[in-house]
Amino acid sequence: MIRMSRIKKVYDTGKVSFEALRGIDLDVKENEYIAIVGPSGSGKSTLMNLMGCLDTPSDGEYLLEGKRVNTLTSNQLADIRNGMIGFVFQAFNLLPYASSYENVELPLLFSGMRGKLRKNRVIEVLNKVGLGDKLANKPTELSGGEMQRVAIARALANDPKLILADEPTGNLDTRSGMEIINIFDELWQSGHTVIVITHDVNIAGRCQRIIKLKDGMIHNGNGDPEK
Amino acid sequence: MSPSILYNVFIRDFRKQRKRMLLTLVAILWGTMSIMLLLAFGEGLKVQFMKGTTGLGQGIVIMWGGQTSMPYKGFGKGRRIHLYEHDLEYLKKNIPAIREIAGEYIRWSVAIKYKDKVLTERINGVYPPYRFMRNMEPQSGGRMVNNIDIDKKRRVAFLGDGAKERLFGQEEAVGKTIYIQSLPFKVVGVMQHKVQMNSYQGQDEDVIIIPATTFVTIFGDPYLDNIIYTPVSLDDTKAVEKEVMRFMAAKHKFNPEDDDALSFWDVIESNRVTGTILLGIEIFLGVIGALTLLIAGVGVANIMYVSIKERTREIGVKMAMGARKIYIVVQFLLEALSITFLGGFFGMAFTYIMTETFKRIPIESSVFDLMGKPTVSMEIGLLVILILGFTGLLSGFFPALRAASVNPVDALRYE
Ligand SMILES: Nc1ncnc2c1ncn2[C@@H]1O[C@H](COP(=O)(O)OP(=O)(O)OP(=O)(O)O)[C@@H](O)[C@H]1O
Ligand SMILES: [Mg+2]
Repeated sequence: MIRMSRIKKVYDTGKVSFEALRGIDLDVKENEYIAIVGPSGSGKSTLMNLMGCLDTPSDGEYLLEGKRVNTLTSNQLADIRNGMIGFVFQAFNLLPYASSYENVELPLLFSGMRGKLRKNRVIEVLNKVGLGDKLANKPTELSGGEMQRVAIARALANDPKLILADEPTGNLDTRSGMEIINIFDELWQSGHTVIVITHDVNIAGRCQRIIKLKDGMIHNGNGDPEK
Repeated sequence: MSPSILYNVFIRDFRKQRKRMLLTLVAILWGTMSIMLLLAFGEGLKVQFMKGTTGLGQGIVIMWGGQTSMPYKGFGKGRRIHLYEHDLEYLKKNIPAIREIAGEYIRWSVAIKYKDKVLTERINGVYPPYRFMRNMEPQSGGRMVNNIDIDKKRRVAFLGDGAKERLFGQEEAVGKTIYIQSLPFKVVGVMQHKVQMNSYQGQDEDVIIIPATTFVTIFGDPYLDNIIYTPVSLDDTKAVEKEVMRFMAAKHKFNPEDDDALSFWDVIESNRVTGTILLGIEIFLGVIGALTLLIAGVGVANIMYVSIKERTREIGVKMAMGARKIYIVVQFLLEALSITFLGGFFGMAFTYIMTETFKRIPIESSVFDLMGKPTVSMEIGLLVILILGFTGLLSGFFPALRAASVNPVDALRYE
């Protein structure tokens, strides 16, 4: 599903340029459950943004479902993000003025799903994360765990193959964090490919495979799960 | 991008920005009102002034005799040049560029009597074309001097509305008999009131008009006081004037270069000048208004521009959810356009209400008489819509450009 070879990412901030990723080789097969771990600043988020087509690599080749991402137009990237990828962020990133329903509806609007179909889909995914009774709540009227569940529902709206989560439990207490991770387990079991950035060894331990990043490089290669 | 996306997300986001929207909306409303009111009053002023200048007459040149200032063919200078009835036929026959020509006799301070009221008024002896040349329309139920009056030297009178007021007050005048130098005249018409801003013999509302032929019979004037003609084309009135000079010089034996022998008042030209000045005033008012509106537009742009900073995360989220760039751009453009058009619409509506109200206020004052009625014309409306559209696009363009350049990765990175 994902094939990265010699991926580099250089951040150019005026005078200084910083090489956040220094040659990443990585293969991800369909329906894998992967944890990305590593110290702060090691390039985890940078790698995930590249995987999610939010950003493009400075060097190297990235194949997503056989497509060479480097050569795609910004519209094609937008469509991939919309249909194939679901993002979950540490800071939830819900639209503050919109209800749960409206937040989840957003990717469906961009994919052009209409009327009743769209409505049913929104309700379906919100039920899936156990928030069928909080459709009209604004983010400020939800707990942290509930906000993250709305975000997951939003990520699932277009039924993407790939779920990318950047420290999804970072802002949550242990209990709500576990609820979130349970949802990820279910998603993996139902056939999604799930990649989670985490600092939590318990969470990492539930994954099939752990990728360790340090200074912009993978340190256990494409190796086996490390406990 | 389907219209339904646009509709759904745009309307929703738009609603959420209420306070900001309201503020910018009011700015645009204010701008629209100022440009429209300025233009409306400018238009009213122009209409009134144009009416006022045509009060003297439309498309006419007035000419009167003078004194030669150059010796010519044995004649010395200082000779008086008079205008005669036979000059009318002569000029008409020789100069095809003259459409119509008429003479006019004037006598000041003539005793007029109605019942036991005696007044001193000015009497004009005229020919029928005078009515159209000098814009003297009879009130309903009356008429101006006509050709039969001229042929039969009838004793009929047409009264200026002011003169009628003085003689008759509120009483009906048409059909009554007045005495001009003790001779009975039948009143056949009264002039409709007109705004007259320039004159050469006093206001037309004060005159009493009788047929030229009757005038000569009573007063025995040997020559005309002046001649009025209308050129076929309004474009080159100077050339016609030259022609008139040439033929009159030949007939009356004076130097055609002698500008003092005959005098001309080119009403066409002076109306044109007034028109140009008024147009200038109108453009000036319009520019001030347009600037006010543009400043309001800059305000909208500024507020939206600043708001993008607050909304970068929102933009980033949308991009991560698969919004295409064009959608972000269109949303901001639409926001600016909606604000401008909504504000513009209300501004126009208010202006309309205000001008209509103003028109209905019954104020009798010469200042208001001059100011005329503020008029929101079709042209003004279209112009304002055009400027609004331009303002909206402009005030949306830069924010939209900035929004589109938001990098989702940066926008989503948490603090
Ligand atoms: N837009 C940017 N411009 C410049 N440098 C950046 C930018 N984004 C990230 N970096 C740098 O790249 C390096 C990797 O950043 P990244 O966010 O990928 O780290 P991370 O592994 O996700 O860290 P954390 O665990 O703290 O989230 C960091 O040193 C960071 O300072
Ligand atoms: Mg990170």
